[in-house]
Amino acid sequence: MEKTVKVSKPFMDDLKHTVFLWRKSRLTMIGSAIILIFLLMAAFAPLIAPFDPVQQNLQNKLQAPSWQHLFGTDQFGRDIFSRVIIGSRIALWIIFLVSVISGSIGIIVGVTAGYFGGIVDEVLMRITDMFLAFPSLVLAMAFAAMLGPNLTNTIIAISVVTWTTYARLSRAEATKVKSQPYIEAIRAAGGGNLRIMFLHVLPMCISPVLVQLTLRMGTIILTAASLGFLGLGVQPPTPEWGAMVSDGRNYLIDQWWISTFPGIFIAFVVLGFNLLGDGIRDMLDPRLRR
Amino acid sequence: MPETLIKIRGLKTYFPVKKSIFSKKLFVRAVDDVNMDIPTGSTFAVVGESGSGKTTLARTILRLIEPTSGEIEFEGKDILGLKGRDLLEVRRNMQIVFQDPYNSLHPRKLIKNIIGEGMKIHFKITDVEIRDRIAAVLKEVGLIDDHMYRYAHEFSGGQRQRIAFARAMVLKPKFIVLDEPTSALDVSVQAMVLKMMKEIKVQENLTYMFITHNLSLVDYIADRVAVMYVGEVVEMGDKNTIFKHPSHPYTDLLMASNPVPDPKFVREKRLLKGEIPSSINPPSGCRFHNRCPFADERCAKEAPALKEIGPDHHVRCHYPL
Amino acid sequence: MELKGKLLDVSNLKVSFYTYRGVVQALNGVDLWMDSGERLGVVGETGCGKSVTSLAVMRLIEQPGEIQEGKVIFNGTNLVELTEEKMNRVRGAEMSMIFQEPRSSLNPVMKVGYQIGESIAKSKKLKIKHTYPEVKEILRLVGLDPERVMNSYPHELSGGMSQRVMIGMGLASHPKLLIADEPTSALDVTIQAQILELLDELARKMGNAVMLITHDMGVVAEFCDKVLVMYAGNSVEYASTARLFEKPLHPYTGGLLQAVPRVGRTDELKAIKGTVPDLVNPPSGCRFHPRCPHSMDICKVERPPFVEIEPDHYVACYLFEGKSEVREDA
Repeated sequence: MEKTVKVSKPFMDDLKHTVFLWRKSRLTMIGSAIILIFLLMAAFAPLIAPFDPVQQNLQNKLQAPSWQHLFGTDQFGRDIFSRVIIGSRIALWIIFLVSVISGSIGIIVGVTAGYFGGIVDEVLMRITDMFLAFPSLVLAMAFAAMLGPNLTNTIIAISVVTWTTYARLSRAEATKVKSQPYIEAIRAAGGGNLRIMFLHVLPMCISPVLVQLTLRMGTIILTAASLGFLGLGVQPPTPEWGAMVSDGRNYLIDQWWISTFPGIFIAFVVLGFNLLGDGIRDMLDPRLRR
Repeated sequence: MPETLIKIRGLKTYFPVKKSIFSKKLFVRAVDDVNMDIPTGSTFAVVGESGSGKTTLARTILRLIEPTSGEIEFEGKDILGLKGRDLLEVRRNMQIVFQDPYNSLHPRKLIKNIIGEGMKIHFKITDVEIRDRIAAVLKEVGLIDDHMYRYAHEFSGGQRQRIAFARAMVLKPKFIVLDEPTSALDVSVQAMVLKMMKEIKVQENLTYMFITHNLSLVDYIADRVAVMYVGEVVEMGDKNTIFKHPSHPYTDLLMASNPVPDPKFVREKRLLKGEIPSSINPPSGCRFHNRCPFADERCAKEAPALKEIGPDHHVRCHYPL
Repeated sequence: MELKGKLLDVSNLKVSFYTYRGVVQALNGVDLWMDSGERLGVVGETGCGKSVTSLAVMRLIEQPGEIQEGKVIFNGTNLVELTEEKMNRVRGAEMSMIFQEPRSSLNPVMKVGYQIGESIAKSKKLKIKHTYPEVKEILRLVGLDPERVMNSYPHELSGGMSQRVMIGMGLASHPKLLIADEPTSALDVTIQAQILELLDELARKMGNAVMLITHDMGVVAEFCDKVLVMYAGNSVEYASTARLFEKPLHPYTGGLLQAVPRVGRTDELKAIKGTVPDLVNPPSGCRFHPRCPHSMDICKVERPPFVEIEPDHYVACYLFEGKSEVREDA
């Protein structure tokens, strides 16, 4: 009887190796740190924000940054610091929902197309192409305008624009997986198409899609901010960062702080996701991965 | 059980090749008019090189690939027309072990689920019964029941093939296709796995189709052989007969090319020249004629039929050796 | 040990790889040597280190691997000590290598003729166009039709033809040593026979030595003059091919030969119990001891030295301790 190789779950081994690689890249660690701060900020927002973000206080309007109002106040006397902090929750909420929705749609479409091939593949891919034909921001704007500007519709609009990437990715992965011997083995055992597709092929596509999702989180925020800036997204008084930047447009010269602080936060979080995403992609690159 | 487990007549599996929408439709004639009788309880070896069609043949028998035409009978009943419930029943009796130990087990599933999947599909049995059966079958292949809670990547190549074999056996099939099951394994591991397969065959009354390019393995494990070349069976029959008197020039040269692990063995410098022809456009007449040292005009024009030249010995050649 | 007059003399070669799992001690003091024009077969199973050894000899070991100790003396020079620049002049010119998958070594988007020309152009300092007559000669030498192959892309050639191209490229510079790492393992058996015949014919014509790495004992018996058996990063036996098959000394060699199937063999195949060891945590002393039917206490403690037991027959095993003839090395 043979003894096995060292016993350990594949995830543990993979995890150890991933941490090993993660430590090696300074930029990735910086990205991770930024995102960690962002997450903590969103998690503890109500505790950190000193003022009510929507509470107007016209007597205090247009105050420069001070110890009391770290980021100053806007034209309605609202504390910008609090608004930015609470705004992180909205940003996180948008990222989360958009990822879940677009990821799900993308995987299902992609796996179905990749697994069946032929006409199913053609039809689904042409539909995907239709969505891809439009510049994503323009399409998102069109949907947002059509559905009406609010948080829910922003999420829907952005999801509609981002699912296509995941569909393509899953399709490629599914095509690769479906001809592997371990899938043939299930067919030989009597497994039908639905079973194979959902229980065996789909799980293999989750990993690359997850990586892509992370890489695109920065873009999601930017799109939401753009919609907000244009007035097509989240409406006031909800403190969405893009809308906040737009709010301060007319006051840029004298009261620069109204637009600038939310803008800086957008930039940082997007940078964080990009660094982290780059790092993840490098770590998973089979050639660099030792 | 009937004497002939599987009867194959006129089997053709062609794959369409599309060069462009303007060009004529071409086909890869992977399996081209094969007739074969696989006796119950035998180990039937199918030997060939790339393009011979041996792998496609195996998969067609299992209906993992659908044939273009022909008949396949399992225990006297046609299996090509079956669908749904009936097909499922037949699938239970025919299983396969693949060549690649690293890609034939799902990388993200527990061994328990890899082996147990078949049972869930075919039977309405409880989880406990599944677990017991898996433990039993793991023990038969020389592993321990604890292994069912692990992942494929934790095992070596030889162990993976044992697991793949356990998966094939768990449904208690009558027929198992072994598609080059040991060609990716080290020599001593190969010996262990082959011995295990031999023992289990006797214990469980199985019939094997053993696909390989290695003639030494054929001698070790098989009792009948079919030699394939570019989609056709060129020689077929009892193993000992064929090894003693290879009658098709290709079989003869194949044997001469097989390296012998004995430095004292006197080697005949007989080489098969040229490349293996394509299955899309095979040579006219006898497919082997352009590489055959004995070919003449007749061979180039007229394709020979598979003829019986002795008891349990068929050859497809105008001038068998 | 340093033996005079050898083309290649590898002594006590140690190579390790630093991975997240720990340090993989791939080569644990390998000894290997070859004369000019000789054919050495290097055999062993997974993890024995035969490929790593050949890469180390060519100084192709890259991060996270590194050569830690040992000498690789080729034609009088210790390759381990050379600068990368000097080593580049040795590689391809005096020593070349061909691999198992010929098509991975060829650029899929360039024509074959151009690639062969490229490999010659650098050393001869010619424009690639001007190398074409020589490229055609090389193709003819390896049995290919120059007109047909020069303008083909790698994927248009069969496995056998691609391997012929690689052999041509490898021998174009008339190296003294050709290392072939499982050159026929991916080929059909009749094509394998052709390729081995080609290697034999060319080696005779050009006088180069061939180090053939393989796991196939049949190929070794047919092609090689001498055999080195490796196990888990060590050299365990070395002898002429005839002697090794006739009288294998090391228990591993014996076990290996008994597991090899052969047409006409009537007895049952015998497997070696156990599996190859994990090289991150290898067994102490002799790495084969957990699987060896004759293991003694000393085997667990200290690695046996690789010594000559009878003329030109070396073994690393305590079963033969005291029976070795002490050679007076110069």
